[in-house]
Amino acid sequence: MSIGPVLILGARSDIALATAHSYAELGHPIQLAARKSETLQTAKEDLEIRYQVQVTLHDFDVLDLENQAEFIDALPELPEIAVCAVGVLGDQDSDEQDHLAAVQVMRANYEGPASILALLANRFEQRGSGTLVGISSVAGERGRATNYIYGSAKAGFTAFLSGLRNRLANTGVHVVTVLPGFVDTKMTENLDLPNKLTAQPSEVGEAIVRATRKHKNVIYVKPIWALVMTVIRYIPEPLFKKMRI
Amino acid sequence: MKLSGWGNFPVVDCQLSRPRNEEELANAVMASRAIARGNGRAYGDSALSRTNTIDMRKFNHMLSFDPETGQLVAEAGVLLSDIIAAFLPRGWFPAVTPGTRFVSLGGMVAADVHGKNHHIDGSFGNCVDWLDVMTPDGEIMRCSRAENTELFEWTMGGMGLTGVVLRVALRLRSVETGWIRQTTHVAQNLDDAIDLFEDTLDATYSVAWIDCLSTGETLGRSLVMLGEHATLDELPGTCRANRFPSVTAQKLGVPFNLPGFCLNQYSVRAFNALYYWNGQRGDTTSYVNWNSYFYPLDSIRDWNRIYGRKGFAQFQCVLPLDSARAGLNEMLKEISESGRGSFLAVLKRFGQQDSRFSFPMEGYTLALDFPMSDRSVSLIQKLGQMTAAHGGRIYLAKDSIMDAQSLRATDATRVSEFERIRHNSGAAERFASVQSERLKL
Ligand SMILES: Cc1cc2nc3c(=O)[nH]c(=O)nc-3n(C[C@H](O)[C@H](O)[C@H](O)COP(=O)(O)OP(=O)(O)OC[C@H]3O[C@@H](n4cnc5c(N)ncnc54)[C@H](O)[C@@H]3O)c2cc1C
Ligand SMILES: NC(=O)c1ccc[n+]([C@@H]2O[C@H](COP(=O)([O-])OP(=O)(O)OC[C@H]3O[C@@H](n4cnc5c(N)ncnc54)[C@H](OP(=O)(O)O)[C@@H]3O)[C@@H](O)[C@H]2O)c1
Repeated sequence: MSIGPVLILGARSDIALATAHSYAELGHPIQLAARKSETLQTAKEDLEIRYQVQVTLHDFDVLDLENQAEFIDALPELPEIAVCAVGVLGDQDSDEQDHLAAVQVMRANYEGPASILALLANRFEQRGSGTLVGISSVAGERGRATNYIYGSAKAGFTAFLSGLRNRLANTGVHVVTVLPGFVDTKMTENLDLPNKLTAQPSEVGEAIVRATRKHKNVIYVKPIWALVMTVIRYIPEPLFKKMRI
Repeated sequence: MKLSGWGNFPVVDCQLSRPRNEEELANAVMASRAIARGNGRAYGDSALSRTNTIDMRKFNHMLSFDPETGQLVAEAGVLLSDIIAAFLPRGWFPAVTPGTRFVSLGGMVAADVHGKNHHIDGSFGNCVDWLDVMTPDGEIMRCSRAENTELFEWTMGGMGLTGVVLRVALRLRSVETGWIRQTTHVAQNLDDAIDLFEDTLDATYSVAWIDCLSTGETLGRSLVMLGEHATLDELPGTCRANRFPSVTAQKLGVPFNLPGFCLNQYSVRAFNALYYWNGQRGDTTSYVNWNSYFYPLDSIRDWNRIYGRKGFAQFQCVLPLDSARAGLNEMLKEISESGRGSFLAVLKRFGQQDSRFSFPMEGYTLALDFPMSDRSVSLIQKLGQMTAAHGGRIYLAKDSIMDAQSLRATDATRVSEFERIRHNSGAAERFASVQSERLKL
């Protein structure tokens, strides 16, 4: 397996950084792309010292759609693997009352990520190789009262990834959909997560590297989530709509 | 949330924060009396505060490395296991390491930890060039042997009670391979073991495992294990092919808290006998990989759970050279008569050390575990009194039992000096752990 560069989009996220560590450990150069990428200077040095790989920083706002192509052109090299960890949880309660805020959540979880991966997909397709990894969420598997704004955008992103995978199946380009359940990160810092169902960012990073190597299509990180989501998907709607989960 | 040290005793409900940058850390420190927490490997309550425990593990970046000098600058939450993973393949190893690699740099500084080479290389502080410490006013101060000396000296071994360590500059040791040439000697009793230590003071690493249930003539019978970093030339072919062996995945695990009775006298006795005879029969020199040599327990994940829900306590003392023989014989007798000692009895020779509040002094250190119970507590207290009577000290990183008075019975002068320093710098108002409150520090 070649060890070309890995582009990490939304690199300030805990999951994104853990993923960068897992790839760097294997010797891949790393391109960290994020808003305020200068704040990643320490993370860059840390990766370089630990794994002796080259790490570059790139400013990137997923909602700056006009400049996405330019962003890709400015990378030191077209990456071998691109991982999109961008996401915004939002505040369900207040976003219900503020449709413009809700739209921002939808755009950051679906529109922006889908758009950048679409551009990368075409470049990868042209080259005839590469792997795209989209971090979506189990929240997209069924809309629930407590997080359907975020969840619906993730549902769109999941569907986009599956379509992209289907389209690129015979081109040498692979697409991995990551559906983490709970992960112990900044995003969930203030939530009281059940221990057994919660993954550490490093587990997600390792799972992503394994999935790219083994050409997995959809991964849940913690296997228990596949089961949990199967159950949730099969609850009949008349019952489901009365539940609070 | 419920937190404890490695011994699972005491378990305390603690407010925990996990700052990610200096500003969040300063806010946490200024909020109320606080204690920093590293990787929770201290056995007792050193890294617990009911109202303000600060988890330092988000400060886990390596900042620079100089291959000329072997100096690594890293944040305090970096684990020793990460340092080994990054640097052993490049021919560098920690100059001083405790018996587990799952400790943070901050924890190593705060306990000024020692390894099997203390008699040659001293404690961890010896390989530290400087520290960045957040002081009681929330400011960050660089300290070393040359600047802000007092802060440096009292922070090394200060159990987190002088400030929060943020960054550490430490020197690694260059090694040719990841293998240790181990020589094992059998000692018929404690006196024998001590003689062996005294005769092998030039060995880089030395440690003894004691069967602490044997009595009479064989009281303190033990295996004394010496080690040297192996050179590439001397290695047998199979090892040479794997010059820097990496950690293989942890296979064994203890999935839940075993009930205390699994650890009865018989299983301990069986384990001891096995260990002893194995060593006596086997080849006396062998090549052992760094991981099984330095960290035999690390490959059993969560081994602390074998003591069950009630948890356990470790007793570790050091006795000065001139009273060590008599004192340790007395202690071992007490322990073997009680029949409560663990199979983990470790004896080690310390070299000279002159420091403000660190544990080591020239002499012998003995460490062993006890499953938690009233009887264990009184035995540990008794051993504490014996330590005081022989002019020794108790290791705070292991302690969960001592009271304020018994601490002062072993270490009165240094304790009052520590109190004075903490008072003057404002640290007494800012930093406190469940342990420091128990010990009225
Ligand atoms: C299996 C095992 C073997 C061991 N063997 C040895 C040995 O051979 N030699 C030895 O010396 N010790 C040994 N120890 C003890 C261990 O090395 C020390 O307790 C060490 O302090 C643990 O580091 P930690 O990061 O887990 O710290 P914690 O347990 O989290 O904290 C320990 C102390 O360090 C302080 N601290 C932690 N981080 C910071 C920081 N950033 N700034 C300021 N203070 C901080 C805490 O306040 C607390 O007082 C062993 C422990 C185990 C479990
Ligand atoms: N944590 C969980 O339980 C969990 C569960 C399932 C799925 N996920 C998904 O996992 C991914 C990583 O999340 P995380 O848990 O690590 O949380 P996180 O730290 O909040 O990560 C989300 C990242 O997205 C970035 N981002 C948001 N809007 C952006 C924009 N417009 N342009 C560029 N970057 C933007 C954020 O950047 P800033 O740092 O600049 O704000 C942040 O680094 C997300 O897609 C999330 O939805 C998380």
